Amino acid sequence: MSDTPPEERAGDRSPWNWLLIPPIVIPLLTFLFNFDEPRLLGFPAFYWLQLAFIVLGVICTSVVYQMTKRKRSAE
Amino acid sequence: MSEHITELIVFGALFVLVSAVGFVAARWRRPSTMEHLDEWGLGGRNFGSWITWFLVGGDLYTAYTFVAVPALVFGAGALGFYAVPYTIVIYPMVFLVLIRMWSVSHVHGFVTPADFVRARFGSPTLALVIAITGIVATMPYIALQLVGIEAVLKTMGVTGHLPIIIAFAILAAYTYQSGLRAPALIAFVKDTLIYIVILAAVIYIPAKLGGWGSIFEAAEAKFKASPNTGDGTLLNMNNQLQYITLAFGSALALFLYPHSLTGVLASKNRDVIKRNMSALPAYSFLLGLIALLGFMAISAGIKPIVGENGKPDANTVVPQLFDQMFPDWFAGVAYAAVGIGALVPAAIMSIAAANLFTRNIYKEYLRKDASPADEAKVSKLISLVVKVGAVLCILLLDPQFSIDLQLIGGVIILQTLPAVALGLYTRWFHRAGLIAGWAAGMAAGMWLLYQIPNPASGKAHFGGSAFPLEKLGFDTKMTLYAGILALAVNLLVAAIVTLISRAAKVADGVDATKRADYFADEGDPKVKELDLSAAH
Repeated sequence: MSDTPPEERAGDRSPWNWLLIPPIVIPLLTFLFNFDEPRLLGFPAFYWLQLAFIVLGVICTSVVYQMTKRKRSAE
Repeated sequence: MSEHITELIVFGALFVLVSAVGFVAARWRRPSTMEHLDEWGLGGRNFGSWITWFLVGGDLYTAYTFVAVPALVFGAGALGFYAVPYTIVIYPMVFLVLIRMWSVSHVHGFVTPADFVRARFGSPTLALVIAITGIVATMPYIALQLVGIEAVLKTMGVTGHLPIIIAFAILAAYTYQSGLRAPALIAFVKDTLIYIVILAAVIYIPAKLGGWGSIFEAAEAKFKASPNTGDGTLLNMNNQLQYITLAFGSALALFLYPHSLTGVLASKNRDVIKRNMSALPAYSFLLGLIALLGFMAISAGIKPIVGENGKPDANTVVPQLFDQMFPDWFAGVAYAAVGIGALVPAAIMSIAAANLFTRNIYKEYLRKDASPADEAKVSKLISLVVKVGAVLCILLLDPQFSIDLQLIGGVIILQTLPAVALGLYTRWFHRAGLIAGWAAGMAAGMWLLYQIPNPASGKAHFGGSAFPLEKLGFDTKMTLYAGILALAVNLLVAAIVTLISRAAKVADGVDATKRADYFADEGDPKVKELDLSAAH
């Protein structure tokens, strides 16, 4: 059970939600990563950078989750 | 066929194993009764983080994806890698949207996106439109899962349609019996197999091919030699916008598919969803590695198998690579991973399509007084019909037709965005505006796709999703994802008709949801419970 009745909750607003913007925008800016050099383990930059953006996405969403999850007495 | 005997035995054994799991699933987390749509169709609405991760992951990253994405990279290079940004941007994008959808569905007992639209805009017609769009977009997707299995069987030398029919008959039987619990439990097996196979592939195959450097060199050499100007290991000036809009448009579309929402609504609370938004990208990483199998296949000199129609079937590239690189027994495991990988999404998609029919057509128009037990019964039967339909699609039509339909499916499911996704945030649109916008978006989408030729396959129409902007009179060689253009038309028309309807005082539907409904969580009162307490 949640502590406050739903009518009184503030909704989903939180300044942490702004962190969701970078992982949406950066992977779509092709001019940032459409290059061959520098290579990493033989991978052109185009490929390893985009795989690295996955980590960016995980970090941003994890932080938002941790900072906005509801405190629950059951857990 | 005899040289594939080990592969066939391993494949067959694993297939039998998951079929058994599918039937046993009915007893897993056993409900007091299975005769309710919440139980059969949503697994009791009580899945925790782990099950949801496997279920949604197994649902979104389908066998077809695992076969088609590397096939695209094999053929076109960098453009095929759009699957990676697509599956990165999607999770932060839907993070806040899905929890709203979960909450309002939890409070009102919605099972489908069309249920929500009906309550929000007070319009059974709009809900019907959304439901039909969902069913039409899902059907070819299910058929494509069969294409995935067929690609694997072809490589093992198994021809004819009988194995597919048997596989789908078994799938239909355990889905009928166990509902969403079957794919949820099988997803554990499927994903474990896929992770093992892909991790082995990205370590073992490059070592055999002389490292990643030489793999990319071989790919560059191939694309340089090809007459096609759109391919290469990097994007060029003309396909960057296509890459961006395709990734973004696909991300917008994914959670509008009814089967994606099924996995989300089956989770037990909002935090499960939020946590999964940061855990699901593990599959995106896997998908990125899988995409690179396309380059490995180039480097290994793989030639796609020539199909019955005399054209090379690019979807056989990855199975061929496994066949050539792996020892027989492990190739069998890899094929099983793809084959089982087709069953999980096929089961969830057929459940989602069946739920749409039951809730938004059967209960709405055919039998208004249907009880939850009736709904479960109808849904179970329809899930069978849907699978028979998918098998018929493959048997009677050229598989290429299913691929075209799926392409169209992505564009048309996007046309439900204003009602389903924007509807979660605003009630500004008039129901007439949404219906008009949907119709305009559908027409525009069809027209755009019809205009797209594919020089590679010699088709004049429906040749892809990259719309050349020069067709609209722009002096450029740039291309754009057709779905995004169609959505723009949809939104524009929806807005204009909304303004006109308001000005003309056309009656608007009643909104059955309250603001607080969008933030409710596990344990908060539901509408039915509220009704009961009011009656006492």
